[in-house]
Amino acid sequence: MLLSVNNLRVSYGNIKALHGINFHIDEGEIVCIIGANGAGKSTTLRAISRLIPVEKETAITYMGKDLLDYSADKVVSELGISHVPEGRRLFGNLTVMENLKLATFSRKDKQKISQDVDRVFAIFPRLKERMSQKAGTLSGGEQQMLAVGRAFMSGREVMLLDEPSMGLAPLLMRDVFIALKEINQEGTTILLVEQNARMALQFAQRGYVLETGSIVLEGVSKDLLEDPKVKRAYLGA
Amino acid sequence: MTSFLQNLVNAMQWGSFYALIALGYSMVYGVLMLFNFAHGDIFMVGAYIGFFVSSGLIALSALGSLVLPSWLILSITILLAMFLTSFVGMLLERVGYRPLRSAPRASAAITGLMIGIILETGNLALLGAQRYKFPALIESTTYNLGGVFITNKKILIVFVSLLLMFALHQFVQRTKWGMAMRAMAYDYIVVPLMGVPINTIALLTFALGSALAAAAGILFGIAYPVLDPYMGILYGWKAFVAAILGGRGSIIGAALAGFLLGFIEIFVAAFISSTLRDLIAYSIILLILTFRPHGFFGEAYSARLRL
Ligand SMILES: Nc1ncnc2c1ncn2[C@@H]1O[C@H](COP(=O)(O)OP(=O)(O)OP(=O)(O)O)[C@@H](O)[C@H]1O
Ligand SMILES: [Mg+2]
Repeated sequence: MLLSVNNLRVSYGNIKALHGINFHIDEGEIVCIIGANGAGKSTTLRAISRLIPVEKETAITYMGKDLLDYSADKVVSELGISHVPEGRRLFGNLTVMENLKLATFSRKDKQKISQDVDRVFAIFPRLKERMSQKAGTLSGGEQQMLAVGRAFMSGREVMLLDEPSMGLAPLLMRDVFIALKEINQEGTTILLVEQNARMALQFAQRGYVLETGSIVLEGVSKDLLEDPKVKRAYLGA
Repeated sequence: MTSFLQNLVNAMQWGSFYALIALGYSMVYGVLMLFNFAHGDIFMVGAYIGFFVSSGLIALSALGSLVLPSWLILSITILLAMFLTSFVGMLLERVGYRPLRSAPRASAAITGLMIGIILETGNLALLGAQRYKFPALIESTTYNLGGVFITNKKILIVFVSLLLMFALHQFVQRTKWGMAMRAMAYDYIVVPLMGVPINTIALLTFALGSALAAAAGILFGIAYPVLDPYMGILYGWKAFVAAILGGRGSIIGAALAGFLLGFIEIFVAAFISSTLRDLIAYSIILLILTFRPHGFFGEAYSARLRL
């Protein structure tokens, strides 16, 4: 088990967003969490990235270490867990190249960095053409590519993806998922969070179904795609 | 014409002080969405630190134990005082502002005001009400350029100020630290996801701003040698005006607005009325702000502070 999340509880003020969920990811896997608006998907990723505090009952272990000992920047720079946040959150005042460079802020392997930049440009050639353009002026699809590329630069052990399909045309969405599959095959474990359940379950090997802060169903994607409850609630069938 | 040029020279010097102080306000506001109202007092602290450093070096020279040429004393004073004052700024961030990072902005703003009062009265308690005279670090020479009088001090002040502003601009545009500062100005919340320790960047921002304020303090002491614990208040407020006029987080904006303030004040005093100087000058600035509410180089965005 690479990442194991036990009894994850998060509140925003007195609103309880997660009521003690449990899940795990094995090395090299693609796992998805699906759920409706407000189910707590983004909250789950923010908790792993240490962007928000968790309650004291919660335990998160990563490669045998207590992840809660690490601050948000150390989760990225020391544990190699990157996060593509909801809404992309690029630095619109920085260029494409600067966005990629910033993501390597704490990396020591200077030689590897330029190789990785080349790799990002090989996966997303459009970004290369727009290298010195401000990120704020990119199209939605290009922004999503940059968001993934930036995560690729910051940490490559695990990638947490928050709705990468949001706002993308089907064709572009396919491109992004093909790129993610490639990144996964090169050794990056992926935790994907999606409202687009069909897309997510076709992409991931296993999935969890989150409803108002609790996991109500889990299993391999094939089974979830066939599950009558999932079909009714999330696949529109 | 000569009187115009003469005033221009004076305005450049006067604007240098405002511009250097304004940069510190502007950076902290840009990067941390915080009004650091203690910044004027950091300028005062910097001037005093510069006073002690230079007095110490002069005393050593007089004793013959470490004889330094005066240009070296001046350089060491500026650099060492900038260095030491940056720690005062970092302490301010660590003790005063960091605990209030997620508190309402108004709490952080009054923290600045209170720390300002503490620095002023702390200075009084420590050094007494006696006024200190900043040592003459350079022999004053006046050049007469066709009726316009320029002192070597004025040249030094304007030159050092422009040099520091240029260095800061390069730092912010070209280094990864500067890049992290710019990123924080845009979206504070997700910067840690880049592996950037934001507390370090916050400290750095305060350190840079305080170092520039210290430089302003020393240059001010060279031009107007009497130090006073409350000297930071008025200049601090005016530099704050310059920072806002320049536009949020804009280094070039803050620098230009600082010089503009200097020009308006000097020219109003010279050609309209010196007793009504601030009344008229700040009415003009109020008018400018009405037409450019985001300042000269204000970005259309404001920092994202929420998930
Ligand atoms: N910053 C916040 N402050 C207060 N409440 C929040 C905050 N962020 C999320 N919540 C609440 O927590 C709950 C879970 O939100 P979360 O963003 O994790 O949902 P989600 O599953 O990602 O939804 P979506 O699919 O719409 O992105 C919701 O009820 C939401 O209103
Ligand atoms: Mg969400």
